[in-house]
Amino acid sequence: MSSILTKGCCDTPTGSPVVLDERTPSIDGEIRTVALIGPPNSGKSTLFNRLTRLRQKVGNYPGVTVEQRVGVLAGGGSEIKIIDLPGVYSLTPYSEDERVAVNVLTGKLDGLPRPDAVLLVLDVTHLSRHLVLAAPVIALGLPTLVLLNMADVFADGGGSLDVAKLAGELGTPVAMVSATQETGLDVVQRFLHRDLDRTAPVLPPVLPVVNDLPQCRKWAGEVGTRVDYRRHLPSTWSRKLDDIFLHKFWGPLIFAIVVGACFQTVFGLGQPISAAFQDLLTKMGQYAAPFIPAGILRSLVLDGLWKGVSSVLVFLPQILLLFLFIGLLEDSGYLARAALIADRTMRSVGLNGKAFIPLLSAYACAVPAIMATRTIENKRDRIATILIAPFMTCSARLPIYTLLIAAFIPDRPVLGVFLSSRACVMLSLYVLGFLAAIVTARLLKSSILKSTAAPFAIELPEYRCPTIHSIALRLLDRGRVFLRQAGTIILVVSLLVWVLTNLPIHHGSAPPLEQSVIAHLGHGIEPLIRPLGFNWKIGVGLLTSVIAREVIVGTLGTIYGTDPATHALTLQNALQHDLTFAGAMALLVFFAFAMQCTSTLAIVRRETNSWKWPAIQFAYMTFVAYTAAFAVNQVLSKLLR
Amino acid sequence: MGAQTMQISLLAPPTDRTEPEMESARHGLALIDLEPGETAVIDHLALPPADQHFLMRLGFFPGAQIQFCRRAPLGDPYVYSVDGTQIALRAETARLIVVRRILVLRVPSPDAGDLL
Repeated sequence: MSSILTKGCCDTPTGSPVVLDERTPSIDGEIRTVALIGPPNSGKSTLFNRLTRLRQKVGNYPGVTVEQRVGVLAGGGSEIKIIDLPGVYSLTPYSEDERVAVNVLTGKLDGLPRPDAVLLVLDVTHLSRHLVLAAPVIALGLPTLVLLNMADVFADGGGSLDVAKLAGELGTPVAMVSATQETGLDVVQRFLHRDLDRTAPVLPPVLPVVNDLPQCRKWAGEVGTRVDYRRHLPSTWSRKLDDIFLHKFWGPLIFAIVVGACFQTVFGLGQPISAAFQDLLTKMGQYAAPFIPAGILRSLVLDGLWKGVSSVLVFLPQILLLFLFIGLLEDSGYLARAALIADRTMRSVGLNGKAFIPLLSAYACAVPAIMATRTIENKRDRIATILIAPFMTCSARLPIYTLLIAAFIPDRPVLGVFLSSRACVMLSLYVLGFLAAIVTARLLKSSILKSTAAPFAIELPEYRCPTIHSIALRLLDRGRVFLRQAGTIILVVSLLVWVLTNLPIHHGSAPPLEQSVIAHLGHGIEPLIRPLGFNWKIGVGLLTSVIAREVIVGTLGTIYGTDPATHALTLQNALQHDLTFAGAMALLVFFAFAMQCTSTLAIVRRETNSWKWPAIQFAYMTFVAYTAAFAVNQVLSKLLR
Repeated sequence: MGAQTMQISLLAPPTDRTEPEMESARHGLALIDLEPGETAVIDHLALPPADQHFLMRLGFFPGAQIQFCRRAPLGDPYVYSVDGTQIALRAETARLIVVRRILVLRVPSPDAGDLL
């Protein structure tokens, strides 16, 4: 028996036409796991968020970079797990996403039970194209509910179809829903809790060879004709908006303004918020200090744990701001247009237009930038973008840049009032990072990440007004992913650095810094870094700054502060005493290139789902940094002799 | 553009092609040669199987009607309308999609929605 639901009669199943079919055996047993599948841009994620109300876990499928989302259906009696599958157009195993979807649906994936039922989401405004996916999904033989999403847009545009006939054609219940308007969604509960007749799909007699795409498409077209599908008339204003946003002159201008606003928001607004947040976190630590017994425990809690926690939390404002912006751009439909405009330029370095916004945001912070590369479907392009993002001059480099420039570059006008020598050096460092990124991208794309000229396509969705609900969900989701994934690793590394600075313990208290294990390590690497013009103190700074780049300033402050020879001097003066000009320039260049950021490494591991890429990235960037710093020190010291 | 007219293909379906015809189509019109607003039918995709598959998932099937909408502001990629969705392809790809012009019978139609 299959029952059909149409919009408006969802709460009374008896009111909808019911097609009796005696041949169909009903499935016994309870539904514990259900898979949610649909093509990209079918509104699947919105639906998933609506259905689970954020009771979801985000991870990665083993061995691949495909994100795995498992949620719990909100409401209803028994607990039902929903697996959100990646957006796919078909189940032919050509892409990683499709292989994952097939493996989940057939129960071939370790750790995930085979789903007991399938929710198939199709965008009804693009039914003929999306129905192509229906054939292979229904052919799996699992109880399936077909949800025709975007029913509101479809109806408003004058589209129509015979839902009862479609259910007959597919042999499954079909319901019109709108995930954004949250209408018709109760049908899911009824389907899963068997209030609705949940039956194994009747295989439609004309189901095509499911792996033959042209056949499936032909079948979809024929089904469309038989169910009296009338395509909705797309609103003309979407094309009219494109006449402006993709105009030869206005298009790039608006693009530049949007990009500027994005940069300004994340950098200009995010930076002070992050700084204020950092102050707040430090103050909280100070207020808590008297409540913790003095000595090693207080040091562990405040300098180890709390410092680690703060260094994670301090990224949050920038991450949330960036994803607010990206959410607005993506949900409105502009992000695809931005990628279209940027594609030509990005292609010259071997990347595609979708890499532009992530790379731009890397100027604020590489962490959200790497999380934002998720919009790049081509895996090789995505990994290349992830690998070059940390070369962009992020805000964490500014403290050490400012310190060294102030200490070693005399302030002189270079271009009259326009550019001082100090600004000039700062600008050069930005350019240096940018060049390193471009050269690396070219290198990667012509070697290990060479894509075999795979076609590149951007789907331009219709413009829409972003909803507060979906933006809020996205922010919450990204924030949680970051805290969980980056947080744990940073905590471990911070604790490790703390232990190294506090060992060996003398008479129950921490040793002076120059006698600690980390100082010994600094002395240990001194022969290695002497050719760069660095002494052991800088070496200790380099070691501690693997947590985050800005940490070196604090470490150097501590070292020079406790050193009787320099403790009366400011950090600037102490550095002038201790570093040659060539060494200072080498240190600047080192920081422009080196991967001194555990958060980034943690997020790269998370996004690529392997330690391989962060390891390659760390080794490569450290090598480049070392070589460049070596060259700068050697050349400058010869020149200045 | 196409919204107010009904377009009827007067060409034989692609399955009826003979080998010599296929050969001539290979050197014929490509998607990239269309004028803005012009619609054509895909004859075949002169790309490796994996790439063909990639494009087919997006709706670029032999026999599918494709309308050229516009070029990106910097000249490339090219935006096409496929099954009512706008999809942008780079020139390098659009060059390899061989199409046939369709003879357009301009019939005033109350709505163009009945064409799937």
